[in-house]
Amino acid sequence: MADTLLVGIDGSDGGARAANFAAQRAHDSQARLVVAYVIEWSPYTFNTPQENEVRHKRREEEIERAEKEVIAPALAALKTHGVEAKGVVRHGHAAEVLSSLAGEEKASQIFIGRRGLSKLQALLFGSTAGSLVQISPVPVTVIP
Amino acid sequence: MKTSFLAFCATLFWATASLAQDAPMNLDERINQTISPVTNAIAGVIFYSIPLSDDVSLPIIVVWLVVAALFATVYFNFISVRAFNHAIALVRGDYADPKDAGEVSHFQALATALSGTVGLGNIAGVAIAVSIGGPGATFWMILAGFLGMSLKFAECTLGVKYRNEYPDGTVSGGPMYYLSKGLGEKGMGGLGKVLAVFFAICCIAGSLGGGNMFQANQSFQQFVNVTGGEASFMADKGWLFGLIIAALVGVVIIGGIQSIAKVTEKVVPFMAVIYCTAAVIIIVMNIDKVPAAFGAIITGAFNPEGVAGGAIGALIQGFRRAAFSNEAGIGSASIAHSAVRTKEPVTEGLVALHEPFIDTVVICTMTALVIVITGTYTAGGGMSGVELTSLAFESAFSWFPYVLALAVILFAFSTMLSWSYYGVKCWTYLFGESRSMDLLFKVIFCIFVVIGASMNLGPVIDFSDSAIFAMSIANIIGLYILFPVVKEELSSYWSRLKSGEIRKYVPGEAGTGT
Repeated sequence: MADTLLVGIDGSDGGARAANFAAQRAHDSQARLVVAYVIEWSPYTFNTPQENEVRHKRREEEIERAEKEVIAPALAALKTHGVEAKGVVRHGHAAEVLSSLAGEEKASQIFIGRRGLSKLQALLFGSTAGSLVQISPVPVTVIP
Repeated sequence: MKTSFLAFCATLFWATASLAQDAPMNLDERINQTISPVTNAIAGVIFYSIPLSDDVSLPIIVVWLVVAALFATVYFNFISVRAFNHAIALVRGDYADPKDAGEVSHFQALATALSGTVGLGNIAGVAIAVSIGGPGATFWMILAGFLGMSLKFAECTLGVKYRNEYPDGTVSGGPMYYLSKGLGEKGMGGLGKVLAVFFAICCIAGSLGGGNMFQANQSFQQFVNVTGGEASFMADKGWLFGLIIAALVGVVIIGGIQSIAKVTEKVVPFMAVIYCTAAVIIIVMNIDKVPAAFGAIITGAFNPEGVAGGAIGALIQGFRRAAFSNEAGIGSASIAHSAVRTKEPVTEGLVALHEPFIDTVVICTMTALVIVITGTYTAGGGMSGVELTSLAFESAFSWFPYVLALAVILFAFSTMLSWSYYGVKCWTYLFGESRSMDLLFKVIFCIFVVIGASMNLGPVIDFSDSAIFAMSIANIIGLYILFPVVKEELSSYWSRLKSGEIRKYVPGEAGTGT
């Protein structure tokens, strides 16, 4: 079975660079490519009943929007480079979702962009690349 | 079942007819004067009591709730103990399918339901129970909380099982749906409809009473209390305080300014943690008095001194305040829990087990211990409700009444928001989903905030208790009929859990070696 590579994108330029980099590797090694977009979400937040009531609807809308506005353009761009990729949209904590996706898709490597945060920013907002490196089951390549 | 219900109704009507409005009341507010005869009449009907002796009587409604909770506990074979750990795993998300990420999680459904129940019942209600029923009331309160877990399990399972899912993906659930649909399945559609409508009417009253007036009233009391008591600039301006709170509530529920609600929902858990931490600190500081306090609670439960009605009096107070605080058997939480997305209704029921546990067995017990340990219930000089709790905490931390005032107002606010939602759901169940109906109820809701803040404690408590307890009449009749449905769901789920068909989700199954 062909090798599988997983790349996480977030709609930013950094994410696109990571996708291109991964596509290059996938193309060279005849590997399968999975492009994932994670919608930041936590199961442990406190919601109002009104929010809970419409949550299912919102989730569908979020997924639809992510597929249309982030995944579809990314896949189209990769296609022009001759790489067919599979798109995935998930809710959750970006680093955790990418780790478990790597398991599900049997990926041998994860590619991810970075935001170039300062120490303070990373402390405040958390660095996806940083935590992914710590918890990933497979090697992680961080594309500058 | 039908005949006993009819008999019960007949008793209620007889009670109304024989009700004399003789209680001489201290009427110092025009609002109070107008409203309290009405609230007294309602309270008299719901709390129709069997006189046991000269100075104690047993409200039938308390028996009704406790018998149902006891029955559920035995019928489901102590599910509250059996499934306690499994329910924690469910809340943690151990069994959550990652493909469902982004839906309402078990944790969120529990947290939302808890924010509607944790609140003044835990602070003020406990103080009322201990000041009237003595320390022994605590024991009965904890017992009622434990029994209530099984009842809550049943109603939340049914809430999810029989909820309505609309084409646009929104959901509506709660007793009005399981009463009408569930009883319909059993060939009792007519009775189901009647019960559902009765429940919805009571829930609307409950949302205006316990979910609104009681909250407004108690937060006003505490506000006056910390701003100088009698001398406070707000002392006789309940209506003004009410107007301010009503405006804030209105902005959220009518104006749809969800950001205020979001802030409240996030601050309230912190307040709960601060409150419990303070209680634990006071308990630890007085650790030498804890054995005596437990002694007082146990002896007070069976052989109290100076409590009207003795053990029965303590029991009634404990059960009554527990039911008001954790709302097991009332049916309200079922409305909030129905939003969760799960293939197994039972899982939401199991998660809901923890609601009476956290609310009553943990938080109420802490309040009670602080009041008993500090001895304020005897030295309180006739204080009741939130003032007594405030005094108990003040004896350890002089600044705590200010924190408590903030906590009380925030708890009250979040409880009002939750109950306005329950009320709207029942209102639109009765009158159809339309924007104008929705708006009409919300306006009425805001008016009741002002009324609640302006009234005396007594009539407010009586009305809020009676309106909330009335919900249990229809809800529990339905629950008895639907208990077998829950049992069937439970045994199917439990056997699949034991056989390993339902398993924990292991993150990154193929990838991680650890």
